[in-house]
This record gives sequence, structure tokens and C-alpha cells, in this order.
Amino acid sequence: MEFPILSLMLAVPLIAAIACLFLGASAARMTALFATLINLALGVLLWINYDIGGAQWQFTERAELFAGFSYALGIDGIALMLIMLSVFLMPICILASWDAITKRVGEYMSAFLLMEVLMIGVFAAQDLFLFYIFFEAGLIPMYLIIGVWGGDNRIYASYKFFLYTLLGSVLMLIAMLWMVNEAGTTDIPTLMQYDFPVDAQLWLWLAFFASFAVKMPMWPVHTWLPDAHVQAPTAGSVILAGVLLKLGGYGFIRFSLPMFPEASADLAWLVFGLSMVAVIYTSLVALVQEDMKKLIAYSSVAHMAIVTVGLFAFNVQGLEGAMMVMLGHGLVSGALFLCVGVIYDRLHTREIARYGGLSINMPKYALFFLLFTMASIGLPGTSNFIGEFLALAGIYEVSTFVTLVCTTGIILGAAYMLYLYRRVAFGEQKNADAAAMPDLNAREWAMLAPIAAAVLWMGVYPESFLAPMRQDIAALEARLASVAPHYDSELAVGTPREHAANHVEGSHEGEGAH
Amino acid sequence: MDYATSLHLTATEVGLSAIALVLLLVTAWTGAKAARGITIAAVAALFGALIFTVSLPNGGVPAEAFGGLIRADSFAMFAKSLIYLATIACLIVAPRYFESRGGFRGEYAVLMVFNAVGMGIMVSAVDLMALYVGLELSSLSSYVLASFARKDEKSSEAGLKYFILGGLASGIILYGMSLVYGFSGTTSYDGIRAAFTADFSTGAMFGVVFVLAGLAFKIAAVPFHMWTPDVYEGAPTPVTAFFASAPKVAAVAMLVRMATGPFGGQVEAWQQIVIFAALASIVVGALGAIGQNNLKRLLAYSSINNVGFILIGLAAATAEGVSGVMVYLFIYVFMTIGSFVALLMLRDENGNALSTFDDISGLSTTSPLLAWCLLALMFSLAGIPPLFGFWGKFVVFQAAVQADMIALAAIGIAASVIGAFYYIKFIKVMFFDEPKGAAPAKAPVSHWAVLGLCVLVVSPLGYLLGPMLGDAADAAAQALFYAA
Repeated sequence: MEFPILSLMLAVPLIAAIACLFLGASAARMTALFATLINLALGVLLWINYDIGGAQWQFTERAELFAGFSYALGIDGIALMLIMLSVFLMPICILASWDAITKRVGEYMSAFLLMEVLMIGVFAAQDLFLFYIFFEAGLIPMYLIIGVWGGDNRIYASYKFFLYTLLGSVLMLIAMLWMVNEAGTTDIPTLMQYDFPVDAQLWLWLAFFASFAVKMPMWPVHTWLPDAHVQAPTAGSVILAGVLLKLGGYGFIRFSLPMFPEASADLAWLVFGLSMVAVIYTSLVALVQEDMKKLIAYSSVAHMAIVTVGLFAFNVQGLEGAMMVMLGHGLVSGALFLCVGVIYDRLHTREIARYGGLSINMPKYALFFLLFTMASIGLPGTSNFIGEFLALAGIYEVSTFVTLVCTTGIILGAAYMLYLYRRVAFGEQKNADAAAMPDLNAREWAMLAPIAAAVLWMGVYPESFLAPMRQDIAALEARLASVAPHYDSELAVGTPREHAANHVEGSHEGEGAH
Repeated sequence: MDYATSLHLTATEVGLSAIALVLLLVTAWTGAKAARGITIAAVAALFGALIFTVSLPNGGVPAEAFGGLIRADSFAMFAKSLIYLATIACLIVAPRYFESRGGFRGEYAVLMVFNAVGMGIMVSAVDLMALYVGLELSSLSSYVLASFARKDEKSSEAGLKYFILGGLASGIILYGMSLVYGFSGTTSYDGIRAAFTADFSTGAMFGVVFVLAGLAFKIAAVPFHMWTPDVYEGAPTPVTAFFASAPKVAAVAMLVRMATGPFGGQVEAWQQIVIFAALASIVVGALGAIGQNNLKRLLAYSSINNVGFILIGLAAATAEGVSGVMVYLFIYVFMTIGSFVALLMLRDENGNALSTFDDISGLSTTSPLLAWCLLALMFSLAGIPPLFGFWGKFVVFQAAVQADMIALAAIGIAASVIGAFYYIKFIKVMFFDEPKGAAPAKAPVSHWAVLGLCVLVVSPLGYLLGPMLGDAADAAAQALFYAA
């Protein structure tokens, strides 16, 4: 039996989480940072040892528990990348809360470490019910993080977050029970190959959709997100935007698409419709926001709509693009929330109008903020460009109209992000207190620099991230091939011309021919 | 008839009755002085009964005592163990509770033991007459317990309400039983089943409905739940903890045994009733709790809500469903006793109970350990994984899905989200709000011990009990479907 590295990655933060409950403030901070860094190191080890092109499921662990319920872990390339995203963002979150959180530090760190356990568990679970337990348990620490350490309106936001997501996921549980009863196994890889009856697929798909659409979040069930984002402490927003929203996309790619391919194809119009509304509507809403966090929260909804559109394109470009948008958005929106957190810690307001001209007194901050703004827009050379380009290329093969609408959303994205940046970083220094804010300190450098490096890495050499996922996405595409839709802009390879384009009648053959 | 075997199989009931009578005499002579000693003796007796019950040989074949009045099978064993455990817990927390407000008497322990005897008969009776004797023994001692704090108006009111409505329910059950007897010609469960399988007339149907209505009152299922909040609020908290746990286990077990035994051939006759009661209990229990400010009333509605989930397992009418009911009951007992014990630990320096949401706001700063225990219990009651309460919901819904009752499962679980609202409100008050009142006084070790054990069981560590619990519940369910 190989070394149980996934269990170790679950155990380290779990033990640290329990320890933090009993520690004082500074000891808890150090413990949390140390534990998350160990997990980051383990994650790097996981990536290095991941055999690209090898078995589909690697690092598998399995222990049978009671009542047909097993402790089964294992990852494919898709899960590997999302686990990497989680372990990468976690130490940064701890650093972001270093000074900002002063009350009940031990419990706070404990909640974050517990979140890390649950997120890794969700991505690594190979047993349907184990997945559900990890998926649902995330509600508890997140509820506490928003409710105890959140902003003024935190109670409303925490209720809304909890009840929305709970209602979505309980229906999924019933669907899971039915599936297990039908297929006779809780093993996710087996279920991914199981052909459920087509008429049952519709209901199962809808039940899963109820859960993932809320997590994603898709319009019109996105309304919990702006509230939760705005009220959560900075690190809570980073985790929400960076990883928790990815659970919805991961759910689609792991469950909805491979397990219910027919239903997915039949209901793709629904996903396209909701996504198109989301892209345009939430972008317009983002344009008029006065609150920085709210603006970024709405932009998340718009970006996630690109993910869903890419996923339901049913082709390699779309699926790869959707995964890259998820990874890129995880980094970029997390970084943008950190940028907001940096100035919020100084001035204690998120109101855009209270800032202005920050590039004068905080040039280094302005540089980072600019980079992440550009990345959010999808500038070539940054992570989001790769994902958005691939996703739109994928959807273009299916529907020109959807592509048209979604691309408009990207233009609107440029509008609201540049408008935000102009109001915060450029212009006059209207407010004396904002003008007096000091530039980044060492801790903030340590938070933002790694994300900036990752954003550029992903933008310049995306192959590092695409390679581990390629085989899994190809397998998924093969699974979906029989139901892949044919829409208007199906690209056809034409017959080659007889002559080169610059051929002049009566002249000799082109030089290249000789 | 072999009396030795019969006495062996009913040794816990016989023994506990004898001990309770002796303790009653001791109380009569010594008064309140020996109350604590009597409680200890009662706990020891119940503990002995627990060990005896668990160790009773169960060779798979149910053994009957006294010519088919009492059946000792794994189902009875499971339910009785749970009843004794719950009664022991409620006895352990009682002395310190009553001592701080005066009025603790030895009769409390004696009544609890009599109650346990009655409940033991309820869950193992396979004859309507034996059943009724057990039911009344348990009910009558419950009425007295409800008004045990006799100087407290609310407690007296609770006792009177419980008595009148309980008497009404007993009457309805008796009327139903008489109809059942009239149409089947026998009071034995097996006989009734055989007679109903041969001929199930409308009159017999009425009998079944009346019996079920009376039982629905005993388990506080909607629409026969109205007494619950008043009685739970008025009764002294250790008694409330008891009402919400042991008698509920006994009544549910009795209902399950009746539904699958004598009425087991007529599933469609009672299934609709159970489905309605299940969904109505879940919804009413959840909605009723939202407006409550008093914590005990809130937990009363929570217990109505939980009965709904238990009934979903019964509605499936399969061995898996019964097994799910037993697992749920086990977890429910720990959750509910834990919550009520936490409530009775909430008292200020003067001994006044902190009984409303305002009183416990900011509890996580004034008494963090207690707040964290309540957090675990509330999330468990709401059925959020990884707490053990999730497992209870999981098994009953699994049984419903396996019985192809998807709509019931979907509606039930969606309605559970309404219930989650007030559980998380509990947590919000303790963790998100600022402290308003005084910090609660130090609680005695006995209370902490019971609370600690309950929290340990509902915590994710409870899953370690999973395999053992599953096997025991399956065996219990098989015992009921043995004949079928």
C-alpha cells in the first residue's frame, strides 16, 4: 500500500484545528500558518508525484466502513488542480487575517483549518456519501466565519448563506440515495460509468442542479453571494470566491455531466439561458456598485457563468476552458478580495468613493491591483485569458448566439473593472485619510506576490495546468460524445482550394512548390 | 406453562417493580432526607436492569412469557436498553437541579423506576391487555412527574393538562382496542394479524385508526401535539428531558410493533396516516418553533419535528425502515437529553433558569464550553453532517427511498430546511450576539458528565458506534419481521 498522502493532508489541518481551539491568539496564528504551509508542501509533493497520463485515479485509499459506506479517497487531474488551488490559497488566507482578526483568534483559525479539511475532502472523496458529508459540513465553519467575524449585516448574510445552500443540497441527498439504491454502489468512479435510465436522469440532474447551481452560483439563485461576500471577513471572502464557488463547477464536471449525460444534453438550454442572463445582468449590476466587495462578488457570478457555458459545450475546449476559468478566477478574485482587504484594514470602509488616487501614495499596491484587474478582465498573458478564450472557443462550436452574449459580458467586465480601478487608484486624492495610507508591508507582499506569480505562470505557460487534466477531460468528452449537441455553428472542414490564395491565372506555380 | 422461563424473560420488570416498592416504603419512612440515596439506588437498579437486558440471550427466536403476553426479542431489548439509559441520565441530573430550588423528594426516583417498568412492558407486550397495563403505568407516573414541582403553578398546570389530555388519548386507544378486539375476537397480536388477514372490515379499520390516533398523541405527532409545548415548558427541566426521551422511545417502539405486527397485513390502511402525520409533524414542528422565544418550548417543537422524521422510517413499512427508526431513536435520545441538560445547566447565581433567547445571548463568551456543546447538539438536531444527527436522518430517508417513496423523502427533507432555521438561530444567539445578561453559574459535575457523554455521541466520533448500532437496529427490525 502506498503512502496515504491524501489522508495526511486531511489529518494535518484537522489536528491543527483542534489544537487552535485551545491556544492563545499568537500561538493559534503560528499553528495555523505552519499547518497550512505543511499542507502546501504536501500538495506540491502530490503534484510532483502525480503521474500525468497514468492511471485515471491515483493516490487511492479505501477502507470499508459500515452500512455500505466507505472511506475512499483518490484524485484525478481535475481534483488535483482544485486541491492545489485550495492548499495554495489557505496560507494566504491565514496571513490576510493575521492582524485583521483580533477577537477569538483560536476559534477563527480553527474554523479556517476545518474549511481546508473539508475542501480537500470534497475534491478527494471517491465515495458518494463521503463527498456529501464533506460538501455539506462546509456550511458549519463558513456560517460561523461569516456570523462571528463578519461585518455589520453579518447575521442576515450568514442565515441566507446557510439556508440557501442547505436547501439546495438536501435534494441532492435524496437523488444520491436513489442512485445508490439503483446502481448498488457508492463508488464515484463506477457511478460515472453507470448508465441511469434516461427518464430518471432528468430528475436526478435537476436535484443535483439545485445544489450546484446555488453553490456556483447561477442566476437567479446567486443572491446569497453578494451578501455573504460583503459581510465575511477578507479571508472568508477569499475562500468563498477562491474555492467554495468551485464546488459547484466541480460538481457539474464530476457528477452531472458524466453521470447524467442525456439529461445534461437535454437541459443544456436551461444552463445556457441562465448563464447568458447572468453574464449580462450581473455585469450591469456590478457596474453600478458603490461597494468594492459587492462589485467583485457580482463579477464572480459573471465569471462563473462562463464556466457553466464552457462545461455544457460538451467539447474539449469548453471543458478545459471551464476548468481554467475556475482556477484562474480562484486566484484572481481571491487576490482582488485581498486587495480590498489591504485598504479596508487601513480605512475600514469598502465604499469606493472614499478612496481615490491611491497610485500616488501606494504605488506598489496600485501595481498589484492593476495586475489583478487586468487578469480579471482576461488580458492575454494572465490566467483568465486562457480560460475564457478556450471556453468561448468551445461554446462557439455549439452556438454563435451564446458566444456573442458571453463575449459581450467580457467587454462589460472590462468596463466595470477599469471603472473600479480608475476610481480607486487614479484621479485626485480627494480624502486626506485615504491619501495618508502607507504602502504594502512585508506581510501583504507575502500574500500578493505568490498569487501574482501564479497568475502570470498560468497565463504564460498554461500547459503545466492543462497537462494533468487532459486525459480526464478527454475521457469525459468521450463519455459525452454520443449526446453532444449540434447547433448552428458546427464547424466543417472545407475542401482545400486548388491553388494558393495568391495564385495568378496563367503564371507558374508558386516558388514553394519546387 | 413454564413460570421459570417467563420470570426470567420479564426479570427486569419484576425486579424493578420490587425495588421500586421497597424504595417507596423507604421514602415513606425517611421523608426527603434519603432522597439522594434513593436516587442512587434507583440508578443502580436501572443500571443492573440495563446490563441484564443486554445480556439476555437472543438466539434469533423470540421467546414469549406468560402465554404470549410479553415477547422478549431483540426489538424489545434495543428499546428497553435505550429507555433505561435515558431514565438513568434523567435521574443523574435531577438531585442537583431540585436541591438548588428545594423540593427534592425520593418519590421522584421511585416514579421514574415505575415509569421504566411500564415502558418496558409497553415495548415488549404482544397482547393488547398487557400493552394497556404498561401504558397506563407509564402514563400515570408521568402525570405525577409533570407536576413534581408542586409549588410551581406552571408545573401543576402542566401536570393537569397532561393528565386530562393523556386520559383522553388513553380512552381513544382503549376504544380502538375494543373495536379491534370486537372484529378479530382476540387481543393477541398474532391472533389479530391472522384475523385481519382473513377479513378486514370497515369497523376493524376504525379500530386501527383510533388506536393509531391515540398513539400519535403519546408520541406527540401532529395533529395531536398541542399539549407538548405547554407540558414541556411547565414541567421541571429534568422531567422534560425525560418526557422527550424515554417515554417517546417507548411510544414509538410500541407504535412500530403494533403497525408491523397486528396491523402488519394492512399496511395500506395505516401508511397514509403515518405519512400525513410525518409530514405534518415536520412542517408544524419547524414552523411552530420559529416564533418561540422560550428555549424549552422551542425544544418541544423540535421534538415534534423529530417525531416526523422518525415516522418517515415507519412509513416505509420495511425492515430497513424499522431499522432506521431504531437508529434515529438512539441518536435522538442523546441529542434531546443533551439539549435539555444543557438548558438546565443554564441558570444564574441565584438559581433562576436562563430560559429565553435573550438570557443566553453571547453565551460563547460567558460560558464557551457550554456554548460549543450546544452548538454541536443544535447542528446535530438540524442534521448537518459530520455530526451524528445526520446519520439518523440519512438512514430513515434511505429507507424511504428504498421503499420507492421518493416524493415523501423529497418533501420531508426539504421541510427539514425550515427546521434548520431555528437551530441556527440558537447558534446565532449564542455566538454572534453580544452578551446581555449575567454569566451562568457553575454547573455541577454530574450535569457536565451527562452533557459530555451526549455531546461525545453526537460528535463525529459517534460514527464509531455506527457499525454496532446498525447491527443492533437491524436485528431489532428483523425480530419484528420474523413472522412476516
